[in-house]
Amino acid sequence: MEADELRHLKVDKTVDARGVACPGPLLEAKRAVASVPLHGVMEVISSDEGTTEDVPLWAKKVGHEYLGTVPEAGIWRVYLRRGK
Amino acid sequence: MTDISEVAAHEAVVSGSESDDGGPHGFSMVVFSGDLDRQIAAFIIANGAAAMELPVTMFFTFWGLNALRRDGPVPIANPKTTVEKMFGRMMPRGAEKLKLSHLNLGGLGTRMIKHEMEKKHVLDLPHLIQTAREQGVHLVACTMTMDLMGIRKEELLPGIEFGGVGTMVFASDNSRSTLFI
Repeated sequence: MEADELRHLKVDKTVDARGVACPGPLLEAKRAVASVPLHGVMEVISSDEGTTEDVPLWAKKVGHEYLGTVPEAGIWRVYLRRGK
Repeated sequence: MTDISEVAAHEAVVSGSESDDGGPHGFSMVVFSGDLDRQIAAFIIANGAAAMELPVTMFFTFWGLNALRRDGPVPIANPKTTVEKMFGRMMPRGAEKLKLSHLNLGGLGTRMIKHEMEKKHVLDLPHLIQTAREQGVHLVACTMTMDLMGIRKEELLPGIEFGGVGTMVFASDNSRSTLFI
C-alpha cells in the first residue's frame, strides 16, 4: 500500500516501541497482536530501522498480512493486518 | 522397542514439533560460553526465534551454565567437595556477573557496555532470560557438566530443565537450525 493509503487506515491498535532496541519492537508487536481484532490493523512505531525488516518477516512467518511502512523523521510506522 | 510414553516425555522437555510440511520445525542452541556478549547474542536470537513461533531449546553446558546460576550462595542438600567449592567461588554466579569476551579491562569494559546498553534501551541479560522464559523457550542444563563443576540443581534458577547429550541431539534433530555459541 502507498504511504497515503497507510496514513488513512483505521488503526485498531498502535504499538509505540520508540526508543526500544532489538528485539524489543518485535516482542512488543507479538505481545500486542493478541489484542487486535481478527483482520484488524496494527501499527508498530519504532526508532530501530531493523524493525522495518523484522516485523514484515515475522508477520509472514506467523500469518499476518504486512501492509507497508511509512518512514518519518527518525522513526518508522509499520502496518499489519492480523491474519489469525 | 521404544516406549511411546518415554518419547512423549522427551517431547515435552525439548522443542520437537513438526511444521505443516512435516519437516523439523524447532530452533536449538548449545550455549557453551559464559561470556556476557555471547550470552546476550544467544538470548536475543532465542527471543527472536520464539517470536517467530518456533519452538526453541537452549542447552547450557560448561561455562554457559553460569548464566543460569542464582545470585549468591544457596543452601544445598549434599555438601560439596573442596574442588567443587573452589569452582563454585571462582566462576561467575549468575547473569549479572558475566564478563565481556573482549575489552573487559578488569571489569571496566563490562561496566561501560552495561551503561551503554541501558542508555540505548537494549534489554540486559537477566531481562532477556526472563523474556525468553515468558515466551516458552526451553532452558536445559547439562547434568554432566553440572556434576563436573559441582553445580547443583538448587543453585540454578527455578524452572530450568535438565538433560544430557541425548536431549540436545533430540532437540537438534527436530530443528532446522542448531547453533553452538
